[in-house]
Amino acid sequence: MAEKTEPIISIRGLKKSFGSLHVLKGVDLEVNKGENVVVLGRSGTGKSVLIKIMVGLLKPDAGHVVVLGQDVETLRGKELDEFRQKVGFSFQSSALYDSMSIRENLEFPLVRNVRNLSRDEVNQAVEKALDDVGLSQTINQMPSELSGGQRKRIGIARTLILKPEIMLYDEPTAGLDPITSIEINNLINDVQERLGATSIIITHDLTCAKSTGDRVAMLLDGRFERVGTFDEVFADPDERIQQFYNYNFVN
Amino acid sequence: MQSETTKSTSEPSGRSVTTRRFDRFFLELAEVAAFIGRFFREALLPPYEFKEIVRQCYEVGFRSLLLISTTGFITGIVFTNQSRPSLSDFGATSWLPSLIAIAIVRALGPLVTALIAAGKVGSSIGAELGSMNVTEQIDAMEVSGTDPFKFLVVTRVIATSFTIPLLTMYTIFVALIGAYINVSANEQTSFTSYIQEVFGAITYLDIFASVLKSIVFGFTIGMVGCYKGYHSSKGTEGVGKAANSSVVTAMFLVFIEELLSLQIVSAIRGS
Repeated sequence: MAEKTEPIISIRGLKKSFGSLHVLKGVDLEVNKGENVVVLGRSGTGKSVLIKIMVGLLKPDAGHVVVLGQDVETLRGKELDEFRQKVGFSFQSSALYDSMSIRENLEFPLVRNVRNLSRDEVNQAVEKALDDVGLSQTINQMPSELSGGQRKRIGIARTLILKPEIMLYDEPTAGLDPITSIEINNLINDVQERLGATSIIITHDLTCAKSTGDRVAMLLDGRFERVGTFDEVFADPDERIQQFYNYNFVN
Repeated sequence: MQSETTKSTSEPSGRSVTTRRFDRFFLELAEVAAFIGRFFREALLPPYEFKEIVRQCYEVGFRSLLLISTTGFITGIVFTNQSRPSLSDFGATSWLPSLIAIAIVRALGPLVTALIAAGKVGSSIGAELGSMNVTEQIDAMEVSGTDPFKFLVVTRVIATSFTIPLLTMYTIFVALIGAYINVSANEQTSFTSYIQEVFGAITYLDIFASVLKSIVFGFTIGMVGCYKGYHSSKGTEGVGKAANSSVVTAMFLVFIEELLSLQIVSAIRGS
């Protein structure tokens, strides 16, 4: 488990609505350096919206998101690009570029963000990133030839190639079989240990939450109602939290 | 009583539906204008995506070549065949090469190429960008520090604006060859006199207008495909709609532009 030191992500009074649908109603959260925080909540409660605001893909209606000491909302152009290089984002749908091979997918962020790299250095970085996720053999394949689990791992490898300080995982185990889910959970823990990265993991899979999270934040009715270790959060007798637990571990 | 209530509620809601449609129309118009403005801004500012532009030119140009060759060739043969009876009535079949040259260079070449490109290239751009939008690939590109507008939109619009005029010239050439085969078989015209009559009938203004028109057609096809794909609604239905709407809108605009260019060129020719 990570030491709780300085906060690297600080979210204060974050609000976001889509028309009349109020998704985030004043979210507060602090994440410490090197920590894995799992955000749990039902589908459509704004978990993905939260991390999309953190990388500037969505604008908040109110509140502040300070990541790596920078107020995300104020970042523009080159500053925003440089900030995004330090924050890896693993998408729910993997978001691999369909028209590019796995090699080209992994090269893409590298050759565009790191200048003066030789061909050998690029190849080595791609091979290492693939080796780290155990998929070296897929280097010349197209994304359409891979399974869902492989696509997820390649998606993570593509974000890791820039050695981010923060990793944001959007539903990393959604739609995967239990064995592949365990592999993804192990990979998330491995990223924390090897790179010392701080991670926010969005999920509603409690097995993923329990095995990867140093802390769990439960998003209920647009706010983090409970934040603590897995056992602390689920010791709460709140019916909404218990329903979540019972569905995953009892049913 | 019930019917009165229905009437009183339907009238205001009917007005508000019309107002909403007007609002949506003008909002979309403003969005399109902003999209075009952003294209010019980003196309002019570095970094430039030369490699991707070349790749897109290959995708748009080379991959359309077979279809363009076939349609151009058939257009030449069919147009010649259909024009012959009218000229024959006046004993003027010797004017066929001139008529064909004018029709193909001024209108058929650019129009056939643009319509084929709208169907093949426009739909493919709309579907590709739409599917990238739905599967979060555009977001992934943005968070990896690459401007997706520059990489996806600017490159494609430049490629269509550059390649479609080249394809038009090629279509004109192939259509003239198709027409020659027909003329040669029926009127026993030699290749030399056919070429002389063709080039005697067309002017530099015709060629210049065709090229300029094709650039506008190419720009329209690329821009419409990119706009529809980039703004597609989520879900597979959104991808289908983006592809379909790209073709329909681009074809409609191509015809409007053809009409406008006809008026402009006629005015220049008359002055």
